[in-house]
Amino acid sequence: MSGPADFIFYAAAAMTVGAAILVAILPNILYAAVALLFSFAGVAGLYVLLSADFLAATQILVYVGGILVLLLFAVFLSNRISDGKTTNPTHFRLPAAAICLVLFGVLSYAAVSTPYAVKKGVYLPTTADIGELLMTRYLLPFEVASVLLLAALIGAALLSRPDRAASVKGEMEEGKR
Amino acid sequence: MEALAISLVNAVPLLAGVPLWTVTLLLMVAVAAVILVFALTFEGVGSLVLRKVAGDIQARIGPNRVGPNGMLQFLADGVKLVLKEDIIPANADRLLFKLAPYFVFVGSFAAFVVVPFGVGLIAADLNIGIYYVMAVTSLVVIGVLLAGWASNNKWALLGGMRAAAQIVSYEIPVGMALIPAVLIAGSLSLQDIVRSQGGLLGIFGWNLFHNPFTFFSFFLYFTAAQAETNQTPFDLPEAESELVSGYNVEYSGIRFGLFFLAEFGDMFIVAALATACFLGGWNVPFFHVGTLPWIWGNLLSLGVFLTKAFAMVLIMMWVRWTLPRLRVDQLMRMSWKYLVPLTFVNLLGVSLWLLVFRGKGIPGMIASLFG
Repeated sequence: MSGPADFIFYAAAAMTVGAAILVAILPNILYAAVALLFSFAGVAGLYVLLSADFLAATQILVYVGGILVLLLFAVFLSNRISDGKTTNPTHFRLPAAAICLVLFGVLSYAAVSTPYAVKKGVYLPTTADIGELLMTRYLLPFEVASVLLLAALIGAALLSRPDRAASVKGEMEEGKR
Repeated sequence: MEALAISLVNAVPLLAGVPLWTVTLLLMVAVAAVILVFALTFEGVGSLVLRKVAGDIQARIGPNRVGPNGMLQFLADGVKLVLKEDIIPANADRLLFKLAPYFVFVGSFAAFVVVPFGVGLIAADLNIGIYYVMAVTSLVVIGVLLAGWASNNKWALLGGMRAAAQIVSYEIPVGMALIPAVLIAGSLSLQDIVRSQGGLLGIFGWNLFHNPFTFFSFFLYFTAAQAETNQTPFDLPEAESELVSGYNVEYSGIRFGLFFLAEFGDMFIVAALATACFLGGWNVPFFHVGTLPWIWGNLLSLGVFLTKAFAMVLIMMWVRWTLPRLRVDQLMRMSWKYLVPLTFVNLLGVSLWLLVFRGKGIPGMIASLFG
């Protein structure tokens, strides 16, 4: 692992971190969303370097195809978008900085001190193993996560449903006219 | 790709001093260029065929001025698109406006990487082939949304929102309808899926005829994919009579051309996936292509694959010019109330079938009856 692999790693890492910084500092929320896209892509590139192909595709599919689209929809549908103030608000700078520093310390300590199981070797299809583990060892977390998502879906459907009583009333009023 | 690079270095003594990764990289660029040329040619000729088919179906002539019988019309169109002035509306968000077409084009073109053109003709036989296609095409949604927003135009924004909602909704039935092929092959790689449909059964080895559920699954996939690529009868994002032209209304010149190319690229990807997953891909009936010399085997399988894929494209065009457009609520209802539940039931059916009959399809069982 030298030469191109190292170069690709540093390029992907730089893209991830650089785009993430842009997400935090850009005043225009749409530009921040686009920067987030590049950050996700960088993370996917890191996964590919780790031979985690399935995880990389999932990263793109879920975060770019799902979460980012949701984010864009939320921005477009909010009615405050036109007054140019839909920025990242900058309140509570000092507490935020303190929390960020603490979090950074904890995360970097964890990253440095964890004994990673480094496994050099062959590139194998990871999907079969992931599927098997999800169905056996990690079945409970998997099912709990799906129940959570189902609850969120039902909740969203319930909230977005037109108010039946109000619409019936509206129809009656229209009928009177 | 690296294996090819190693064999190339061994075969050509001149390359002995060059590092392997350089050769690999150059090969990758070359392969990408070949695929890009193929994609652009398909997209050009496809646009001409689309207009000719439209002409035939609507009882008119279609393009007939440039070249014999209008056959060079696509070249004229291409030159026009490149030379046209690139207009950016005054109040548009310039950066996003410029960026959006590239997202759409990259998302569409990246899917060509895993299309199995022949027995050895695939840019990268990824382990996660189908899943990769689903993932990279999600980039199209972002591009379309941003294009609609950045144009600062009501029609463009409405078209972009519609397109995104439609693609996101129909992604689910498309993915679910493709899973039966994955289950039968036991792999996400498109080459493995194609290989699983070869053998002595001929066209009855195709996943289409594997069992009743896969037969149904093909039609579910085709319907949902037609919608995911925003084609008539599901072309609400472009609906000329309501939205002028949708998310690309403010675009001109080559930026419009990129949207246009991506649309035809998506058409080919849908046709190619249908061919690879249900119609036997490059398999020649009753014949094992791998036994031929490398070049003839590849040419033959390439021909078979392209014939099937182009036939699918023609069917898509036929549907496109035959059916009237749906309304937006009908479109959403069709996805969430009909296609999604049907694909789930179908997936369950296929899984049960594979469990009960130990992975054997109906043609396989009939064949084993006769020994």
